[in-house]
Amino acid sequence: MDLYNLTLHEIRDKIRSGEISAKEVLDSVYKRIEAVDGKIDAYLTLSKENAYEAAEAIDKRIAQGEKLGDLAGIPMAVKDNISTKGVKTTCASKILENYIPPFDAHVYEKLKEAGAILIGKTNLDEFAMGSSTENSAFKITRNPWDLERVPGGSSGGSAAAVAADEAFFSLGSDTGGSIRQPASLCGVVGFKPTYGAVSRYGLVAFGSSFDQIGPFTKDVEDCAIVLNYLYGHDERDSTSLQVEHGDFTQALNKDIKGMKIGLPKEYFEEGIDPEVKRLVLDGVKILEGLGAHVEEISLPYSKYALPVYYIAASAEASSNLARFDGVRYGYRAKEYSNLEDLYINSRSEGFGDEVKLRIMLGTYTLSSGYYDAYYNKALKVRRLIKQEFDKAFEKYDILISPTSPTTAFKIGERLDDQLAMYMSDICTVPINIAGIPAISIPCGLSNGLPVGMQIMSRALGEASIIKAAHAFERNTDFSKNKPTL
Amino acid sequence: MIEKKDLHYVAALARLKLREEDEEKVREKFSMVLDYVGMLNQLDIEDVEPLISINDVTNVMREDEIKESMDRETLLANAPDKMYGCIKVSKVIE
Repeated sequence: MDLYNLTLHEIRDKIRSGEISAKEVLDSVYKRIEAVDGKIDAYLTLSKENAYEAAEAIDKRIAQGEKLGDLAGIPMAVKDNISTKGVKTTCASKILENYIPPFDAHVYEKLKEAGAILIGKTNLDEFAMGSSTENSAFKITRNPWDLERVPGGSSGGSAAAVAADEAFFSLGSDTGGSIRQPASLCGVVGFKPTYGAVSRYGLVAFGSSFDQIGPFTKDVEDCAIVLNYLYGHDERDSTSLQVEHGDFTQALNKDIKGMKIGLPKEYFEEGIDPEVKRLVLDGVKILEGLGAHVEEISLPYSKYALPVYYIAASAEASSNLARFDGVRYGYRAKEYSNLEDLYINSRSEGFGDEVKLRIMLGTYTLSSGYYDAYYNKALKVRRLIKQEFDKAFEKYDILISPTSPTTAFKIGERLDDQLAMYMSDICTVPINIAGIPAISIPCGLSNGLPVGMQIMSRALGEASIIKAAHAFERNTDFSKNKPTL
Repeated sequence: MIEKKDLHYVAALARLKLREEDEEKVREKFSMVLDYVGMLNQLDIEDVEPLISINDVTNVMREDEIKESMDRETLLANAPDKMYGCIKVSKVIE
């Protein structure tokens, strides 16, 4: 077994014991990237020089007898919509093709402080708008399990990198499912925190009331470890929660006897692939076998989640992307005859089609005459969806559903079918609308392709999710499945 | 289907312009999505309050203290065109 095949906690233990150096771990990862990323294209930018400098510093500190934390010397990948000072951050868009942030995102600052090492920046759907990473302005990323299929999106690069052992963990962002859905399609663990739990400072904003940054990892233990470093109040994000979150690894290795699990029937109905449904329900039976109580419930308003999302998130996006005007940073058009043309040409030439569509949709629903019919209505339904979840969590500890209605679809398959593409997120979007946390964990293979189980809980109910996810992982072998590359 | 003139009006509001060859395709996609999200009209929700804040965090303020911002050179590093330590753009006022 090569070092790159191991999990974060296994590498951490080997570094701690002195068995290997941070430099050796990096060597292994970059060797792996050289061997497979030509086929997968998970990475947009590699930051080798900085990485080796950081590894050298870590190795020196260890040699001097310093006791370092869990992430010291652990190579990570970061989605390219998260600001990394001095390292190009493109959001997979022509409009930021050469943009180098002059500051670090909060999460990146914290992970660097903890000793994690940036391998490089990963590919995404442009400005995080998409479910397949096919909307990247630069290239597509391929699913390591089947190179003719998509890795999911929008954090496809981050998911594929972990699935292909090109990183020990990675960061993604989730606005409507963009961590969980690619995690499901790539057979890895993906976690979306409670809204406000992780600072969005430095995350290029898409839908500010939906966005959260979260990790992709090879198993649940690694996930709990990374979450410990991501969570926490940041005064630079005015939606950041001031809450003591405790140590998430305390939720590992726990008994789930008596845990109350709800299965919302709307998430298992039409549109869900029967094999996906079967594997998720088989997984639920395993949890039942471990002592959990399972009941079917109904969340009728979840049916309206996608329309709410495509109105509200697009509206927020139209506002957030107004800053890309060709003036202070990013792409500026070469030809323009006046200021207005400078804006129009820079934006029209710099943004991709899906981004422009969503900006226009958002602009339309916010405009005078339509605001009440669409945007305000969406906010009302948002309240109803959230209330429905709040009520469910009065009775249940966690709810379970499939993460994605299907396994990975073929590259190009949904590009011409707008609504089919949007439907990829039918099970994940309600979670962002309610602001609650959720994980996707591997629960089997269907025709050789990964299937993910989504476990959700109330706001700040992360411990219940980790407890259940880890219990499931301990009693199954799905986390050991790896693609052959 | 959304009217061509309305589509162009929305694009102009968003400081975007559509290429002629893309117009029909964008019009179709836009209309399809708009029809789909119109599903919300099935609901009778007159008395429901719109949800503005997802968590209880509101009115976050800080003390009005002068703090370090960022130096001029760093701020201008990504500017497409600059002169005299400023960002250069077309004439703003006639």
